Amino acid sequence: MAEKDGILWKLLGRERKEIYRRRWYKFKSNPLSVLGLGIVATVVFSAILAPYIIPYPESVGLYMNFTEAFQPPSLKHPFGTDGYGRDIFSRTIYGFRYSLLLATVVLSIVVVPGTILGMIAGYYRDTKIETAIMRLTDIFLGVPPLILALAVASVLSPNLINSMFAITLMWWPWYTRLAYSSTSAVVNEPFVKAAQLIGSGLKHILFKEIAPNIMGSILTKVTLDVGWVILIGASLSFLGLGAQPPTPDLGTMVAEGAKYLPYYWWPTIFPAMAIVYIILGFNLLGDGIRDALSSD
Amino acid sequence: MSWGKYLAKRIVSLAFVLLGLSILIFTISRVLPGDPARLALGPRASEEAVEALRKQLHLDQPYPIQYLYWLKDALSGKLGQSLYTYRDVSQDIREFFPATLELVLYAAIFNTIGAITLGVLAGRHAGKWPDHITRILSYVSVAVPSFVFAIFFQLLFSYYFSILPSYGRLSDGVAPPPTITGLITIDSLITGNLNTFVDALKHLILPSLSLALGMMGQEARITRSSIVENSRKDFIVNMESHGISEKKIMFKYLLKPSLIPTISVMGLDIAGTLANAFLVETIFNWPGFSKYGVNVMLRKDLNGIVGVVMMVGLTFAVINLIVDIFVAYLDPRIRYSMGGK
Repeated sequence: MAEKDGILWKLLGRERKEIYRRRWYKFKSNPLSVLGLGIVATVVFSAILAPYIIPYPESVGLYMNFTEAFQPPSLKHPFGTDGYGRDIFSRTIYGFRYSLLLATVVLSIVVVPGTILGMIAGYYRDTKIETAIMRLTDIFLGVPPLILALAVASVLSPNLINSMFAITLMWWPWYTRLAYSSTSAVVNEPFVKAAQLIGSGLKHILFKEIAPNIMGSILTKVTLDVGWVILIGASLSFLGLGAQPPTPDLGTMVAEGAKYLPYYWWPTIFPAMAIVYIILGFNLLGDGIRDALSSD
Repeated sequence: MSWGKYLAKRIVSLAFVLLGLSILIFTISRVLPGDPARLALGPRASEEAVEALRKQLHLDQPYPIQYLYWLKDALSGKLGQSLYTYRDVSQDIREFFPATLELVLYAAIFNTIGAITLGVLAGRHAGKWPDHITRILSYVSVAVPSFVFAIFFQLLFSYYFSILPSYGRLSDGVAPPPTITGLITIDSLITGNLNTFVDALKHLILPSLSLALGMMGQEARITRSSIVENSRKDFIVNMESHGISEKKIMFKYLLKPSLIPTISVMGLDIAGTLANAFLVETIFNWPGFSKYGVNVMLRKDLNGIVGVVMMVGLTFAVINLIVDIFVAYLDPRIRYSMGGK
């Protein structure tokens, strides 16, 4: 092994930089990927800065001003106002905040354990460990995730925290399955065999040899999943089994607004378009990351 | 492996998944803080009545025993009383399921036609405008959830243009046909009632299209890349160079191998529409199984929730089994290895 400051390490470092540079070039040469990054950036920034940038902060909560109720979109209220006279633009921006919070919490809980389980199952192929883990994921994936999440959310009391819990409980098997198939693809490669031969421990093989090789597909899935988790969360609250009014959750806002269709379209359509905007952004970004990471 | 062995293996694993799912959902439904018997009878019922119901529902037994009681009933087709309709859940499911089946069936038809047509057009004209349109449509289809399509369609076609009805399976005043299959379009055709058929079809278009559009884009993309890939293969290039007509190449040789990946995904997607139907049926006030599912969930009707999840699991498993058999049949490499022709 070369010293950490030896010439070999410097060369390796330069090569790695070169790889990143090439990936970034590949990513930015596809306008759709850049569009995705742009959309995601606006969502993330407006979610973080929401309290400072929304024009009507009082609209976020239990505010009522019936003289302003059902104002159509105008310069004063770009997305119009709802039945309580609350500014829908402010509520939608705040909705980004709740949506991203949901996705961040769910994914930061499920990704690591789900992936590790999948790596273990893939590493111990044709053993009882593989069978046990993979049959368990089959059970969880035996119905669409929305249905199980709805079932869990419904036996608990409906609110934002419980819908996070419900989605978390249902989301890990996707990572287990992905990590399993990616691990299976590399587990017979010479570098894994070599590590086994020199007597490396399980921890070293899983995290130093296998993990770096499957991170690309996991990262792509995480990006795409932000959109899907937000959609499941919005679906839960649309059906009344997620965040409850007056929380400015996008799904709740769509459901609340739908009561006034077809007379007032804006309380429904703008939050619905916000959901579309988020999903589109994370999908384009995810596709871009996948393409940039593939075959370099 | 022979077909018989393959089927047996698949059915065993299907039964295993359903058994596991029943344990999972039963556990979820019973760890809930609260007393199902009290929930069923309401806050004003006497303590004795609640106690009696608790005994009747075996709620006084430990949890694994409760599960075995449930399993025994479930295997004989009883899923317990619903707190929402006060009937056995299996009876409810039998009543409401055909409406959802009809919806999903029409969604599947729209989706299959749309996805394959778009995919084939895009694949055969790769890089030209049919390809670009398909690409844009596929992004729209992926990014817009079914329930947003549903709201848009309802607003546009029912309210602003009043072309199509906005809720229910039939218009007021149109008598439903006698129940034979439970699918109104089929029942009305069997009994020769054309007006009812047309009315039912009109009611089906918007909700089933909302469900179909959600899955169409990705499948069109898969069909496209598969067509592009197969068009480059030697056997197709060979036929083209012999001057065999485009039509014959398309339908006789190119389509079959190209559709295999699409069909695998389609199976998953169609099963997945059962989840989207929860939202779309709510929007179109469709009196189906998914709407029933939403209602039992909102009422914390435990037997109903368990029954609904199990029914979705069963449908999911059966659709996937059918798709896998179909794909195995389409792919000669699998078909011959099973000793078929």
